[in-house]
Amino acid sequence: MSDSSANVRSAETGTNIDTGTDTESVSRPATEYSDDVELAVNRLGKRFGGITAVDGASFTVESGSMTGLIGPNGAGKSTTFNCITGIHQPDAGTVTFQGRDITGINPYECVDYGLVRTFQIAREMANMTVLENLMLPAKHQQGEALWRSVMPVARREVEQQERELLERVWDTLEFFEIEHIAEEKAGTLSGGQRKLLEMARALMTEPEMLLLDEPFAGVNPTLEKKLLEHIHELRADGYTFLIVEHDMDLIMDNCEHVIVMHQGSVLAEGVPGQITSNERVIEAYLGGEV
Amino acid sequence: MSATPHSDYRAQLETLWEHDALKIVAVIGAIYLIYAAIGLVLGYSLDGIINTLRRMTYLIAVYGMVTLALNLHWGYTGLFNIGIAGFMAIGLYATMMLAKPADPSGAAQYSGLGLPVPIAIVGGVVIAGLAGLVVALPALRLRADYFAITTIAFAEIVRLGVTSGALQEFTVLGAELGTGGGRGLIRNYGDPMNAIFELGAFSSFVDLTNSLFGFGPTQARALAYSIVLVLVLAGFYWLIQRTSRSPFGRVLKAIREDEEAAQSLGKNTNRFKIKVFVLGCALMGLAGILWRFRRTGVTPTAFRPHVTFYIWIALIIGGAGSNTGSVLGSGLFVAILFEGPQYLRRVIDQVVAVDDAPNTFAGAVGPLLSADPAPLVRYTFDEFLTLQFVIMGVALILLMQRRPEGLLGHREETAAAIPLGSRPSGAGTGGSGGGGSRGGGNSSGGNSNDTGDDPGTGVDHNRTHGHSNSASTDAPDHDHDIEPRTTTDATSETSETSETNETTHTGGEKP
Repeated sequence: MSDSSANVRSAETGTNIDTGTDTESVSRPATEYSDDVELAVNRLGKRFGGITAVDGASFTVESGSMTGLIGPNGAGKSTTFNCITGIHQPDAGTVTFQGRDITGINPYECVDYGLVRTFQIAREMANMTVLENLMLPAKHQQGEALWRSVMPVARREVEQQERELLERVWDTLEFFEIEHIAEEKAGTLSGGQRKLLEMARALMTEPEMLLLDEPFAGVNPTLEKKLLEHIHELRADGYTFLIVEHDMDLIMDNCEHVIVMHQGSVLAEGVPGQITSNERVIEAYLGGEV
Repeated sequence: MSATPHSDYRAQLETLWEHDALKIVAVIGAIYLIYAAIGLVLGYSLDGIINTLRRMTYLIAVYGMVTLALNLHWGYTGLFNIGIAGFMAIGLYATMMLAKPADPSGAAQYSGLGLPVPIAIVGGVVIAGLAGLVVALPALRLRADYFAITTIAFAEIVRLGVTSGALQEFTVLGAELGTGGGRGLIRNYGDPMNAIFELGAFSSFVDLTNSLFGFGPTQARALAYSIVLVLVLAGFYWLIQRTSRSPFGRVLKAIREDEEAAQSLGKNTNRFKIKVFVLGCALMGLAGILWRFRRTGVTPTAFRPHVTFYIWIALIIGGAGSNTGSVLGSGLFVAILFEGPQYLRRVIDQVVAVDDAPNTFAGAVGPLLSADPAPLVRYTFDEFLTLQFVIMGVALILLMQRRPEGLLGHREETAAAIPLGSRPSGAGTGGSGGGGSRGGGNSSGGNSNDTGDDPGTGVDHNRTHGHSNSASTDAPDHDHDIEPRTTTDATSETSETSETNETTHTGGEKP
């Protein structure tokens, strides 16, 4: 059933992309942004009762980039994340991913588009093993249709697909160097292992862009270094990253593009050097420290 | 025989215990043995003992079926369904209304559709499933606790509905139907099991039970019915085992653990919840049908909420999340909590002749003032059936305090269509640190390699390094890296990974 919905979507995409060619070429369908924009947020607005959490935020994330989203507490970073990934319905504005309008989609649809998020506090499936956790997210699993999992002949195909999936899971485990915890229940892992699992799990959806919500919060320096290594490796493979983070130095050292949010809107956007010298940013966020 | 035959023997026993079927056979067998032994000691007749065991089998099978269906809801998906009795009632009532003759003759009250029994059973199951859908569509949007309230409210609506005069007789699309109100429905059609009883081979079964246990035809039929129920229970077990050990079951488990996270990983959880809720309700409907469809009639009192709580007790004893536990829990519930007290009462009654009990509670407590506990004991004994509820309550409290995970709830039931565990193929046999194999890995990303701490050789390192960082450093070698996203397309990805595989493998072979 999940694959049928994906089929529909790719069909839509096909008609969208018709104007250009589907590989390496430049032309993406009509947006005001150029082709190398992966994610575009335009005048996004979200209110909770009387509080305006996001107030006309606009920014773009370039394909294959590692972009940092920073801002003081309450700046609307998490709400922006939630609006992009469909957890909240935005009240205003649009979200465009690879030229397709994804404003207000359901959270589970993001993955079909190639967009996946992680959570600030790792949300592993505590009573499932690491292997089970990693087998869950894969797309187009035939066995997610109940009848295929039950009927004798159809199940053989399901089992075949499971074997292939398990192979991929082990590859991902090896990439993150956590093979040794494969059969542990996720709830027994250490905080750092959970962060790795969370990222591995997101990767299992075969995304093109990852939204990481404070991936380094509560992570010790050694693991932080390791996580960063993995992220850089993945970025070199063509993944796009948007990272919400509080650690300024970390963002400045690792991201080529930084977005600063303040009171629900974007205060400044640019390369780290520009940001650290931007007086409004210093005033609003850095408190004149830098 | 090794030096320590005792521990050896024990280890063997422990491996045997790992088999689910054996667990069930052992526990149920022990229950039968105990009951049979008590019967023998008390000098019961053989057919009496067999009959007791048959009744146990019948109850265990029916409770086992419903507990398995509840395990699908609660144990796997975390859906707090406390409206079980309602779905069982819908199944049975629907089946009876479908099967009752179309033109009532004589005193046989309300008419039905006059369908053949097998079709009526299928119809009852489908209608129970549809009822589940009706509840699920609006209710699954609610939080877990509100969902629970909705289900029990629904069950009560069903029970009060079939009790009420309004539905006593009604017409749907020209067909006259009725629930019979408080008086219930009479089964004025043949025994639903006749399809089996009228088989030629069945007469030899009757003869066999007659020669073995001295059974009459009625008892033989009851025994055959219980055996059929056990077979259906096996079918339930098989179905739910398959459902839970599959990608479908994996999503169910994920919903139980963290629904929002499951959604963010691309799972349309509502759809899964509706599917599994409907499936479970249909199975509950079937169990409700099989539970009472041979009786001469059905009344609404059979579906009071305590039925639901019996099932919950059985599930909690066995351990939510374990199918084997569900069956074991039903066995223990029936043997100890449901049939046990009544059996015990009969035994005590036979061993010590109990005097007549006082009629009122005051009459029982009053003599305590003159230090005479006997009337209270006799009174309590007389009210054993009521006491049963107290015992169940105490047992439930003790379980929740001492062992909330039940007998087998802690156990891992893998949610995958294949056994997980150690890596299936030899693909992971590369370098010591996994450096060799890692390059071939991560099909989602194409060429992913470690850049830093590779324990492999310098050759290996250089190659992989050059490859993985080509996007930023030596792009000329790899045109496609300029447009990184296209490399994740299926075709180019394959060539990419195989290329990488080759590189790393040759690197790994010459240290």
